[in-house]
Amino acid sequence: MSENVRNAGHDDWLDALESGEGYYLECGSGHGLLPPRRVCPHCGSRELSEQELPETGTVQAQTTIHVPAPSFQGDAPYSTAVVDFGPVSITGQLVVGDGAAAVENGAEVGIAVGETGQGERLVVFDAT
Amino acid sequence: MTDPRVAGVGLTHFGSHPERTSRDLFAEAGLAALDDSGVARDDVEAVYYGNFMGELSEHQGHAGPLAAEAVGLTVPATRYESACASAGVAFREAVKSVRTGEQDVVLVGGAERMNNLGTARTTEALAIAADDLYEVKAGLTFPGAYAIMADAYFDEFGGTNEDLAHVAVKNHANAVPNEHAQYQREITVEQALDSPMIADPLHLYDACPITDGASAVVLTSPEYADAHDFDANVAVTGTGQGGDNMALHDRASLCETPAATDAANEAYDDAGVTANDVEVAEVHDCFTIAEVMALESLGLFEPGEGISAARDGVTTQDGQVPVNLSGGLKAKGHPVGATGTSQIAEITRLLRGDHPNSEHVENARVGVTHNAGGTVASAVVHVLEVAN
Repeated sequence: MSENVRNAGHDDWLDALESGEGYYLECGSGHGLLPPRRVCPHCGSRELSEQELPETGTVQAQTTIHVPAPSFQGDAPYSTAVVDFGPVSITGQLVVGDGAAAVENGAEVGIAVGETGQGERLVVFDAT
Repeated sequence: MTDPRVAGVGLTHFGSHPERTSRDLFAEAGLAALDDSGVARDDVEAVYYGNFMGELSEHQGHAGPLAAEAVGLTVPATRYESACASAGVAFREAVKSVRTGEQDVVLVGGAERMNNLGTARTTEALAIAADDLYEVKAGLTFPGAYAIMADAYFDEFGGTNEDLAHVAVKNHANAVPNEHAQYQREITVEQALDSPMIADPLHLYDACPITDGASAVVLTSPEYADAHDFDANVAVTGTGQGGDNMALHDRASLCETPAATDAANEAYDDAGVTANDVEVAEVHDCFTIAEVMALESLGLFEPGEGISAARDGVTTQDGQVPVNLSGGLKAKGHPVGATGTSQIAEITRLLRGDHPNSEHVENARVGVTHNAGGTVASAVVHVLEVAN
């Protein structure tokens, strides 16, 4: 696997998120999914369409990771959360401003694309 | 339907053996299982082998034939990979084969070499059992994923770190007499709570260790066992497997494991038993919270009630349903690809009466194993019963 080759679907999704045009895929039954997808695993629908991702979501659950994988060495401790955007939930890093209080579950957060200490793109949830 | 018999079991010591290859580990466990069974080498028709991360830790693929060769066999051999449920899945496939009459005698097991990678690279290797694009690239580790499940569980049902610590204390106490266990020592609730935080709310003592080891089981048809007058008194009466979305965020609940619930229901129906019949269980406690969710998926406790089971003594050695009398993944250790069949081996020893903890389940006739892959995107449950 070459680090220079894009992951079609996923990198396109990050591009869109980065340019403020985040989206998710929705099937005919209203299930939310993240690309690449050709079929909804919940109902089998193949009618998938891009829908605008809500600007904010609510924190479902979170953790602060103290022992990271080597690709996140130097970033720890950092907080990772699952955030509910309604039809779709997303995993990303929870960013809290300096001196700000910890984010509680149920709090509203925004979504953007950030960078790891090693320069890789990742989803971030902005609680500031 | 014919219920396969567990004719023999074998385990290596589970621990830190970074210099030992998985082929050597499996050879020890496999040969021990064959010796335990009394089955003639020439009667073994196939090898079912569980291994998760051999490509990463040993640069070795195509591990099935290699594992078979290690135990002196050149029979058809297949490697099964389903993350931490690899050997459980291999065992289920073996059970199905013996049941159909396709094969009468098979060797099933698994092995994993992990400590040669060190902690950081093992953490990275284990993470490939999660969704790489949407979880791993977000920085989620396996302890992190289970920590999120614990956080969600506490929010949904309540519970504390102290409740989880009691799970760790229980399983360490169980491991003390188990000669195969990585940690044959007791710990206290205070030690567990004071151990370093790895992923809030999970501390180091909420997590299973990094383990090298292997396990193996000889499975035969009852006709073969009877014809050869084997003392194979433990039968596999139920098997079930379930699946779920790979990424946690795609699931309806972050604190329930429906794949394991489905696997348990299928296995119970297959065996003609219910959760009420279960007298002893080995469950997949890769983290303390995982044992809690396993108990609930197995139907031993209602959702939200598994959290207090260890603290209240219901799942301890002399409790109503002793859980993880081997020490579990937590204290016996978790050589990922070997864990599923090690649970089969331990329940077999417990039901046969030759496990160092058999005294706690002297009259037990029904045992259950629960083996999970990833954050339980895959799960396998088996019911074992005393045959006569």
